[in-house]
Amino acid sequence: MKEKILTNVRIIDPSQKMDEIGNIVIDEKGKIKSIGKKSGTSKSAEKIDLKGLVAIPGLVDMKAFVGEPGFEYKENFRTLSQAALAGGVTSIVTMPNTKPVIDNVSMVDFIIRRGRDKAKVNLFPCASITRQMEGNQMTEFGLLKARGIIGFSDVNKTIQNSELMSRIMNYASDIDILIMQHAEDYELAKNSCINQGEVATRLGLQGVSDIAEKIIIERDLSLLSEFPCRYHINQISSKNSLNVIKKNKSNGIKFSTGVSINNLSLNQNDIGEFRTFLKLSPPLRSEEDRLSLIEGIKNDLINVIVSDHIPEDEESKRLPFAQAATGSIGIETLLSLSLELYHNQSLPLEKIIKCLTINPAKILKIDKGSLKEGSDADICIFDLEKPWVVKPEELKSKSKNTAIENRKLQGKVKMTLLQGEVVYSN
Amino acid sequence: MATEKKVTAIKNTPKHLLGIQNLSVLEAKEILTEAKSFIKLNRGSSKKLDVLRGKTQINLFFEPSTRTQSSFDLAGKRLGADVMTMNMGNSALKKGETLIDTAMTLNAMHPDIIVIRHQDSGAPNLLSQKVNCTVINAGDGRREHPTQALLDALTIINRKGNIEGLKIAICGDILHSRVARSNIYLMNMLGAEVNVIAPKTLMPKGIDNLGVKSFTDMKKGLDGCDIVMMLRLQNERMQGSFLPSKREYYEFFGLTPEKLKFAKKDALLMHPGPMNRGVEIDTKLADDINVSLVKEQVELGVAVRMACLKLYCK
Repeated sequence: MKEKILTNVRIIDPSQKMDEIGNIVIDEKGKIKSIGKKSGTSKSAEKIDLKGLVAIPGLVDMKAFVGEPGFEYKENFRTLSQAALAGGVTSIVTMPNTKPVIDNVSMVDFIIRRGRDKAKVNLFPCASITRQMEGNQMTEFGLLKARGIIGFSDVNKTIQNSELMSRIMNYASDIDILIMQHAEDYELAKNSCINQGEVATRLGLQGVSDIAEKIIIERDLSLLSEFPCRYHINQISSKNSLNVIKKNKSNGIKFSTGVSINNLSLNQNDIGEFRTFLKLSPPLRSEEDRLSLIEGIKNDLINVIVSDHIPEDEESKRLPFAQAATGSIGIETLLSLSLELYHNQSLPLEKIIKCLTINPAKILKIDKGSLKEGSDADICIFDLEKPWVVKPEELKSKSKNTAIENRKLQGKVKMTLLQGEVVYSN
Repeated sequence: MATEKKVTAIKNTPKHLLGIQNLSVLEAKEILTEAKSFIKLNRGSSKKLDVLRGKTQINLFFEPSTRTQSSFDLAGKRLGADVMTMNMGNSALKKGETLIDTAMTLNAMHPDIIVIRHQDSGAPNLLSQKVNCTVINAGDGRREHPTQALLDALTIINRKGNIEGLKIAICGDILHSRVARSNIYLMNMLGAEVNVIAPKTLMPKGIDNLGVKSFTDMKKGLDGCDIVMMLRLQNERMQGSFLPSKREYYEFFGLTPEKLKFAKKDALLMHPGPMNRGVEIDTKLADDINVSLVKEQVELGVAVRMACLKLYCK
């Protein structure tokens, strides 16, 4: 590869507190050679002028589902990576709820090989916390870690058994692995498909109270004070949960928290008359909850924004609401929808980018999310102002179940680089 | 009715009857006026009209029903339509066919009206997006049962002359009841004041935002009411979690002649059926013709459904 130099670009890299217009020099190995306004030039280098655009580290999405193996008709490695790159995402943490479940070493080998062959992005596979994600028996944490697993999650399932959870944390604390919990009490959430409240009452649907989320977070954080391990709450959705998190953080308990971009940008009223693409878990809640989550990001109580990308085929969504599949796609629109929070003055730009780059990388302990000298030149270049409309048919994902169909957004990815190579541009 | 003048609001609006929530006051009144004209017809000896001659009506029932199904059946036939009733409980669904597939199959047979009863809230809305004919909701999950509310309104109007200014109590399992929801919307729309009475575990969250006052005490809730609507306690959901026992429920929420005295002197009793005698209602009270409107509700149900079929079938 020839040396590259990106010129006249506004560089925002929270990992080095940088927000300035300058150049990025990429060496032959695809690493950042120098960056910033004082960055040098090189005559032999290929020059790309990016005047008026913004460069940030390639996004790190901590929660996305790829259908391989078992659900290739919903999404495969190729389509997922196309969608990701079009959205400026260069590193993806993939979920283990495939068929079969990624809960053993041979599955990990398969997934890593397959990803390497078919995908053009950095993939970081998760394995399940318990075998078959059944919540009974922990998986081989140590062996799986040795094969390249960077985190453990039962995805949309929760470890209900408190004794098991305490043992998981106790065991995990010794071998430095990341446990990612989906917080939902099964009994309280039974048969539910929407937030409890007026909207649920009007639609005649079984609602779930935010207490179902809070009660698991409270339990886990109590256990964590006894067995400190690397613990991450996948996605929170309510003000009540945030209060618990605040209290525990001020008591010195160490953990991290994520939120889905959907819960930051939509509320339960958007479900309208049974729009199944907005059936999500955790569910969309009230506007008050949404605003509190934004505050949570401001106050560093929430560290990560994820796409919670869940591709679902049309058949699984074209059902009465209670029967329809849960989840929406979002990896391609993650950045643009996040930028909405900057344009409507909810959050500073630097904060948003932090939650999409260096914060998740630090939690995962991966060498990504930064454009410091010497790091991989995974770069997302976008036009901060460009207006566009989300059209499902134009999205790269194999499934088209976006929760923000026809939404008018501002800010769009222009170019994505992976280890110095241009892998997407429009 | 406040106005007997002929209104034609329905003509210009979407052709489906999915819920009271989607109705305007004018549309509701138009249906009630139309229904009134059928009451006499139904009591006469020659009951057959030909307004729907040549039209095909399919009753698609995914949940068991006696009165609603037979009422729609009869209503269609009296208007001259060809009526086919399909009980879906044990056919297509067990073979794995989805609601949409079933709908597309039926749609290919060119029906003019599909009447649907489904256990999932929102199923009629989904159906209406996929077929070319009129869809009438005959009860979906716990969301709406519009024709029940309309027949309740007609029954009240028939006895009391008007709904505006009345005070109506709805009592029982509000949480699981589509009848309660549709009635709350319709009675509010027609100018009544609505109280709902239920134990806290059977009261849905956010119900106060629907324009009602909620009570857990029959004495307070029934105070000054002209109409007392009792709801069926869904026995199948009784076990375990919602209530301690049927006996305790009857003690505090069952309607007895004594408790009825908390309401106005001339208060009337309604029940959408089927009744659990001795659970939510005293058996003698249920049959007391001076108080109970239960039989009239069933009778006027046919008239209301005739009106809906006529007005919505284009």
